[in-house]
Amino acid sequence: MAPTKFDRLETLRIRPVSFVLALKCKSCGREYAVEPLNVCDFCFGPLEVAYDYDAMARVVSKERIAAGPLSMWRYEDLLPVDYADAVDINAGFTPLLRCKNLGRKLGLDNLYIKNDSVNPSFSFKDRVVTVAATKAREFGFDTLACASTGNLACSVAAHAARAGMKAVVFIPADLEQGKVVGAAIYNPTLVAVDGSYDEVNRLCSEVADNYPWAFLNINVRPYYAEGSKTLGYEVAEQLGWQTPAHAVVPGASGSMFTKIWKGFHEFSSLGLIGNVKTQMHLTQPEGCSPIVEAYNSNTMHVRPVRPDTVAKSLAIGNPADGIFALKTIQESGGTATAVPEEEIVAGMQLLAETEGIFTETAGGVVISGLKHLVEQGRIKSDELTVAYITGNGLKTLEAVDHVVRPVHTLPNLEAFEEAMAATARS
Amino acid sequence: MATRRVRFTFPPQLITEPIIYQMGMGFQVVTNIRRADVREEMGWVVLELVGDDIEIDRSLEWVAQSGVRVDPVSGDVIEG
Repeated sequence: MAPTKFDRLETLRIRPVSFVLALKCKSCGREYAVEPLNVCDFCFGPLEVAYDYDAMARVVSKERIAAGPLSMWRYEDLLPVDYADAVDINAGFTPLLRCKNLGRKLGLDNLYIKNDSVNPSFSFKDRVVTVAATKAREFGFDTLACASTGNLACSVAAHAARAGMKAVVFIPADLEQGKVVGAAIYNPTLVAVDGSYDEVNRLCSEVADNYPWAFLNINVRPYYAEGSKTLGYEVAEQLGWQTPAHAVVPGASGSMFTKIWKGFHEFSSLGLIGNVKTQMHLTQPEGCSPIVEAYNSNTMHVRPVRPDTVAKSLAIGNPADGIFALKTIQESGGTATAVPEEEIVAGMQLLAETEGIFTETAGGVVISGLKHLVEQGRIKSDELTVAYITGNGLKTLEAVDHVVRPVHTLPNLEAFEEAMAATARS
Repeated sequence: MATRRVRFTFPPQLITEPIIYQMGMGFQVVTNIRRADVREEMGWVVLELVGDDIEIDRSLEWVAQSGVRVDPVSGDVIEG
C-alpha cells in the first residue's frame, strides 16, 4: 500500500531527541550538569541552556516543524524538554495579524501584531511555564512556585492544575482584581504579601532557598526562559520563513526580548531562514524603565529603580537580564524607548479601536512606543514591523474603566431615538 | 552557619566608601566578593556572605541604611 499523508507525518515526527548539552554561565562560560540551578557557583552569573546545534541541524527542518502540533511544541527539538512528557495547555501558535488600520494611523504600510494575549491563560507566560513545569516534573518536584505581579501567577496555577501538581504563588497584596481571580480560579495556594516591592522580592528569594519547590523564576529559570524563544520562531515561520526588519517588544526583566533575538538566530544558524537583520526595539513604561535609562546614558550598567507604573506586569525594578537586553539592542542596531505613563492607556485604546485587540497595559506601552519610533524616523513606512502584544486587556480592566459611557434609554423606540440624538449632540 | 548571595549597588556618593570593609569589621560576617564593576558614576558588587543568619540580616540592614541598595543575586525574582 502506498504511504499515506499520516505515515509521512509519523516519519517526520521521529522520536523526540534532546539536544541539550549542559547549563552554561552567561558571564564566565563555566558549564554545569542539567539540574535545577540558575546561578554560576563561581561568579554568580546567570545560567542558560547550551545545545548541540550540529546534531540539531541534522534533524530539524521546515517540514519537520510544519508536521508538528499547532502549538509552540512544534519547536520541541529546540527546547530543553520532550513534548511526550509535556505539561501542556496548548500554549503558542498565536495569530500574527496584518494590521492595516493601525498601520494607517501610525504611518506604517507593513505592520503586524503578534497577538500573544490569546494564550490559554491570556499571556505569553504560558510559553515559559509549559517548559518550566515540564522540566520541574522531570526533576521530580511536586510543587510549582513563583512570585508574580499577575500573569505568571495565572499561568503557573493553570499548569499545576493540568499536571496535578501543587502551586504556591506569591503576589503583592495590591494586585489588580482581574489577575488575582485569574490565578485563584485554578486553586493554588495564593500568598498575598503585605509589603513594599523590595520586601516581596526579598521574601520570595528566602522562601526559594528554604523550600523544595520548583520556583519558576529561580531554580528552573534557565529552562523557563527558553520558552520565550518560540515567540521568535513563530513570527519567522508565520512571515514565510523570514524575520521582520523591526521587532517592538515590551521589556520587564529583559529575558523575553533577548530570547526572541536568540530564537531568530537559532533559526538562521540551523539554515531555516537567511541572515537576521532585525532591529530589536525594547519599550518600557516611564515609571519603571531601568533598561531604557541605561541605554540613554550609553552605559551597560542597569541602575535598579523602584517601580511606580500603571503597567504592573512590566514593573521589574532590578531586571535580571538587563545587561543582556542592552547587548541585544547593541548587536541588532535597535533602540530602547520609555513611554510616558499617560500614553499607556491611549496605546491600549488605539489598538482596540483600530484592530479589535484588547491588550493589557504592557501592550499599551508597546503601541505607544511603536508610535514614538515611527515619529522619530527609526521605523520607515515600508519596513516590515512586528509589535509583540503579550497580555490580555481583561486582566487590567481598572486601567480603562473610563471608556464605559453607555447611552442610557428607557425600553421604547422613542426614548432610544431621543437618547441617540442627545448623544450625537454632545 | 548560613550563606547568602547578594548584590550591592552603590550610588555615586558611596563608591569611594569602604562599606564592605566596615561591614566585615562591624558584624560577624565573612564577605567574599565574586564579581564587581565599579565606575565613577555607579558600582555594583556581587558577594557571598557567611555567618549566623541573624547576624547576616543585621549586617545587610546596616548596609541598606548606609544608602547601598541590597538585592538578591539573581535580580528581581518577581515577574509580570
